Amino acid sequence: MDFLTLIQILDSTVRLATPLLLACLAGLYSERAGIFDIGLEGKMLAAAFFSAAIAALTGNVWLGLLAGIVASMVLSGLHGLASITFRGNQLISGVAINFLASGMTVLIAQDWFRQGGRTPSLSGGARFSPITLPFAEAVEDVPVLGPIYSELISGHSILVYLAAASVPLTWWVLYRTRFGLRLRAVGEAPEAVDTAGVSVVGLRFAAVAICGVLCGIAGAYLSTALQAGFVKEMTAGRGFIALAALIFAKWRPWHAMWACLLFGFLQAVALRYQNIDLGGLVIPVQVMDALPYILTVVILAGFVGKAIPPRAGGEPYIKER
Amino acid sequence: MTLMHKFMSAAAGLALSAGAALAEPALIFDLGGKFDKSFNEAAFNGAQRWAEETGGKFLEIELQSEAQREQALRRFAESGANPVITTGFAFADPVNNVAGDYPDTKFVNIDGWLPEVPANVQLIGFQEHQGSYLVGMLAAMTSKSGTIGFIGGMDIPLIRHFGCGYAQGAKAVNPDIKIVANMTGTTPTAWNDPVKGSELTKAQISQGADVVYAAAGGTGVGVLQTAADEGILSIGVDSNQNYLHSGKVLTSMLKRVDVAVYDSMKAGGAMETGGFTVLGLAEDGVGYAMDEHNAALVTADMQAAVEEAKAKIIDGSLEVVAYYTNDSCPVLDF
Repeated sequence: MDFLTLIQILDSTVRLATPLLLACLAGLYSERAGIFDIGLEGKMLAAAFFSAAIAALTGNVWLGLLAGIVASMVLSGLHGLASITFRGNQLISGVAINFLASGMTVLIAQDWFRQGGRTPSLSGGARFSPITLPFAEAVEDVPVLGPIYSELISGHSILVYLAAASVPLTWWVLYRTRFGLRLRAVGEAPEAVDTAGVSVVGLRFAAVAICGVLCGIAGAYLSTALQAGFVKEMTAGRGFIALAALIFAKWRPWHAMWACLLFGFLQAVALRYQNIDLGGLVIPVQVMDALPYILTVVILAGFVGKAIPPRAGGEPYIKER
Repeated sequence: MTLMHKFMSAAAGLALSAGAALAEPALIFDLGGKFDKSFNEAAFNGAQRWAEETGGKFLEIELQSEAQREQALRRFAESGANPVITTGFAFADPVNNVAGDYPDTKFVNIDGWLPEVPANVQLIGFQEHQGSYLVGMLAAMTSKSGTIGFIGGMDIPLIRHFGCGYAQGAKAVNPDIKIVANMTGTTPTAWNDPVKGSELTKAQISQGADVVYAAAGGTGVGVLQTAADEGILSIGVDSNQNYLHSGKVLTSMLKRVDVAVYDSMKAGGAMETGGFTVLGLAEDGVGYAMDEHNAALVTADMQAAVEEAKAKIIDGSLEVVAYYTNDSCPVLDF
């Protein structure tokens, strides 16, 4: 494997890891506040559809992004309503959201566009186009660092940089602000937060809303930046891989980024090489595809460190039993 | 009494005609969905053409999960639909299981294969390798880099069959050509993952490919899109996909699923069953698409070469090896 191939694989890794990272951080906010969210997939799918649909109708990708975020937040609100206000089972509510998004997107797409559950192809201003960072062309010929800057770091759509920036931002919010402290506390010991006079319901809804925003961006990235339109079920399980990455990262923002990059890298390698030949030992491509899940199970089983979820995760908060 | 008799016979007549009207053909689409712009859509178009020409009606269902296959077959068979047409190789086994319980219903499966075909089942297959051979020739004649790509959907023998014919056609034009072949995945989601299709295309471009053939259902939409974005050519599959990116799709490998469905519906309950129907170049069951969208890309010389090969394949002097013959491809490793 020469240097240029490596750069190309890493470039592909960045593109594949971005939706995972956004969804993973979305899940992180929600789960750190004690709301398990397996509806990441559904929210991404709904956002992917609405951002592509509105971008196709208006020709403006920013309006599309906004629509995607709103759609995702509506589903988040639904999840919050079911699992926070009415104290329903969070897993069931999440599954319901996945089903709802899967059916609703195709139905609405068929009604609006009559193209069999997809949106028209987007072009021009209806898509996020790659951004060339300053000096990218000037340094192209510098050995090693030149290609790294011009190929790997430059030339992605703005949402990729947004995703990268949201990692330190999430760290800062969670560990350096009052809101973050309360958010983490509400996932560990909601009764303590309540005793301190802070609204558990309010905090949890705030976390779920942030989750909606990030899932919305992830979905919009899939349909308006990576692709030029929505196709049914286009998230193809990325919401679940993001959940696996979240567990793999043990619910920490920087680790989440590395986990998503690792999973993205595995996918990129699997896409580049059908079978990997390690001197006599051939690793079939299916192994690479399954590796994220295998790694997650290994982590969950406690072989490598231990993944301990937030203590109050999955349980609705009831004041005074 | 006679009045009563008349009523009775009228009622019986009504019941009979109602029974006859119920014998509508039924069409079951595979998981790719009715409007996949490809395989299933071609089936739908054939059914639509039949309905328009005859004024008849047909029943249809789009499957949502694997578990619904047998259920849908039984539901249609019990409601009196005849024939029941299914699209996709994965239907062969469910059809085999169900057919014995409904001896009066005819079942048709497109793309499937069974070791023993029940008396009321007809399997329709296509010589995809022949059509792929022709588009492979076009790809090799167009390629300037000497590298072309193939992107399959789910990794199944049928898709390898496509890729194998493509590689043979390309090698016939240019024995030194390099063919980069990738499969999207091993589960049915591989038919609907345009993002992965897009990444695969980028990976193939970086390996030098300048023509990419997508045999991948909905995933192919991402392949064609990325090829158009990156300024290389692509080849569509099953339906004519040239119009999706006019001037950037070299051609499409046509698989006339529409003709198969149309003919089956036209034959209705009287169709012949109990064997295989194979549609190849000779029957116009497969081919390559030429229209105003790719007229500028395919020169007269290229078309003449392809037509010559087509004639040779039809008269038997040129044999395209099928992947199924010994479960491997002579010119391409997957």
